[in-house]
Amino acid sequence: MLEIRDLSLSVSIEGQRVEAISGVSLQLKQGRVLGLVGESGCGKSLTSQAVLRLGEHQGVGKTGGDILLDGQSLFAMPDETLRKMRGGRISMIFQEPMTALNPVFSIGSQITEVIRLHLDMSPQHATERAIELLADVGMQDAEQILKQYPDALSGGMRQRVLIAMAMAADPDYIIADEPTTALDVSVQKRIIALLLNLQKKRNLGLLLVTHDFGLVAELCDDVAVMYAGQIVESGPVADIFDHPAHPYTRALMGCRPEVSEAGQGLPVIAGQVPPPGRWPIGCHFAERCPLAQGDCVQPVVEDAWRCREHTARCLHVNTAEAVNVI
Amino acid sequence: MSVLAVKHLSKTFAAGGMFRAIGKAKRAVDDVSFSLDAGQTLAIVGESGSGKSTTARLAMRLLQPDSGQISWAGEDVSALSGRALRQRRHHIQMVFQDPFASLNPRMKIWQSVCEGLRVHQPELSNADRRNKVAETLNMCGLDDSGMDRYPHQFSGGQRQRIGIARALIVEPAVLALDEPVSALDVSVQAQILNLLKDIQQARGLAYLFISHDLSVVRHIADSVAVMFAGRIVEQGRAADVFEHPRHPYTRALLDARPIVHPNERKPVSDNHDIGEGMAETGCAYQPRCPYASSDCAVFDGCLNPDGFACLHPLR
Repeated sequence: MLEIRDLSLSVSIEGQRVEAISGVSLQLKQGRVLGLVGESGCGKSLTSQAVLRLGEHQGVGKTGGDILLDGQSLFAMPDETLRKMRGGRISMIFQEPMTALNPVFSIGSQITEVIRLHLDMSPQHATERAIELLADVGMQDAEQILKQYPDALSGGMRQRVLIAMAMAADPDYIIADEPTTALDVSVQKRIIALLLNLQKKRNLGLLLVTHDFGLVAELCDDVAVMYAGQIVESGPVADIFDHPAHPYTRALMGCRPEVSEAGQGLPVIAGQVPPPGRWPIGCHFAERCPLAQGDCVQPVVEDAWRCREHTARCLHVNTAEAVNVI
Repeated sequence: MSVLAVKHLSKTFAAGGMFRAIGKAKRAVDDVSFSLDAGQTLAIVGESGSGKSTTARLAMRLLQPDSGQISWAGEDVSALSGRALRQRRHHIQMVFQDPFASLNPRMKIWQSVCEGLRVHQPELSNADRRNKVAETLNMCGLDDSGMDRYPHQFSGGQRQRIGIARALIVEPAVLALDEPVSALDVSVQAQILNLLKDIQQARGLAYLFISHDLSVVRHIADSVAVMFAGRIVEQGRAADVFEHPRHPYTRALLDARPIVHPNERKPVSDNHDIGEGMAETGCAYQPRCPYASSDCAVFDGCLNPDGFACLHPLR
């Protein structure tokens, strides 16, 4: 199991260290798909990159908590083990298939590089493995594709190549950061189907970082909603869609145009996400929340509401349910 | 009355540059016609490369069409150039997808917003210009105290409001909006869509709305034109096209919309082999179309009076 336990991260903003991730806990099991949802600036990418200990050279620092892979701390790993783990047991698929591939190397050399980095293989075996991988991600003509350069491929094809590369060393966990956002709608569905297929076949644990509830509805078993550096709600996907508990989740789901009447005004959330360093005391959402009361701005609002595995960091969930304001 | 109409627009881009991989001339827009009335929203939908943005740029006279006619408020502007064209440009203004890339980072907000005024109302004094900028920013839901700040000091949603203000300041009759909410978070997207609706009602503006997001289009559009490979393959009232699509491509686009609730999940198929690409002759959609037959290879691809270009329409 891959476990993020009470993780806090800080970043530098204008020379100041400020907390950007505050006490985040997540559990990703093999064979499960966990969606990490939220708006830009809520800290979801930072959280997911921390799982590979990326971003540290850009000044992201851990201020608390831990990340454990089968009980072993990633922060206690020697560099060599860490390098093997990255792309080995845990690999990553990035949003931009355009920028994640190097334009001056052929697809073949980029895939075999990953394979040979993790598996002890001769160049010839690595090429065979690459052809297998490309076939697995639904690319016919794999031998032809190996000779091509990224600019000859469409966005959807590039994303398939990246997925193939992520699969190269047969990982147990994959972190996918907005894997379909840059793609056309018609291509998105196919990439989603592909990811789900591979995830099932290989019993992968998939952490899907997205702002898109549609993608969550398609793919995820479990959901964690992030707001301003904290997980504000988490639970099984059906519970989250049937009974969103946190006012933020409810508001975010409510402003999707697909659930509103055509031509009518859309519900909106007043204000904007406070940046790190300007989080309010108590509930981070309180200043935008129509249900906020005096107790919401007390120093600590923990996961105050819980129903089996479904939790919400909110003191007034029952009011939200009853009033159905947002 | 029609504030914007195009007839039989075509545009071919020469080979080379970004299309060198294809190695031959690309017909980006092929025999496109539509008309847009005041207060109405026409959405052009389709995937990347379908020609929807090129169509908007042709309609705005930012690109020169190979053939076809463009009318703004009933006046044929196809042959206009230079000063005569410039004097009429206030009629149709554009809002771009990426508000950050489309604002000069070294110009203060009020300077960016008032650029159009310099051309279209040069007689205004500096004080009058600033007043007009403040008024327009307010209309777009921005506090005018931010006028002397720079683009990087604003969030994505605020920048898009600035982009809209910059287009509105010359009082256009038509706004061409190219994926105006695609780069925004869903909560911010809702704010901008509401703003566009309010402005349209207040001013009777017509919108030419370019988008690949059918949920957004269904929400905002009165009529829809679906483009594939440079041609309009289906066109009609938004409600009709969404409820009863006739062209298989429209159906495929609708089916590709993200589901709303996990209980709509369909079993995952192992089939990755749905066709890609487009045909050179006949109906361009053939390689992907489940209903394609031999007659499609010689089909002229023209819209029929019912607003679709297909020999084997749905239902």
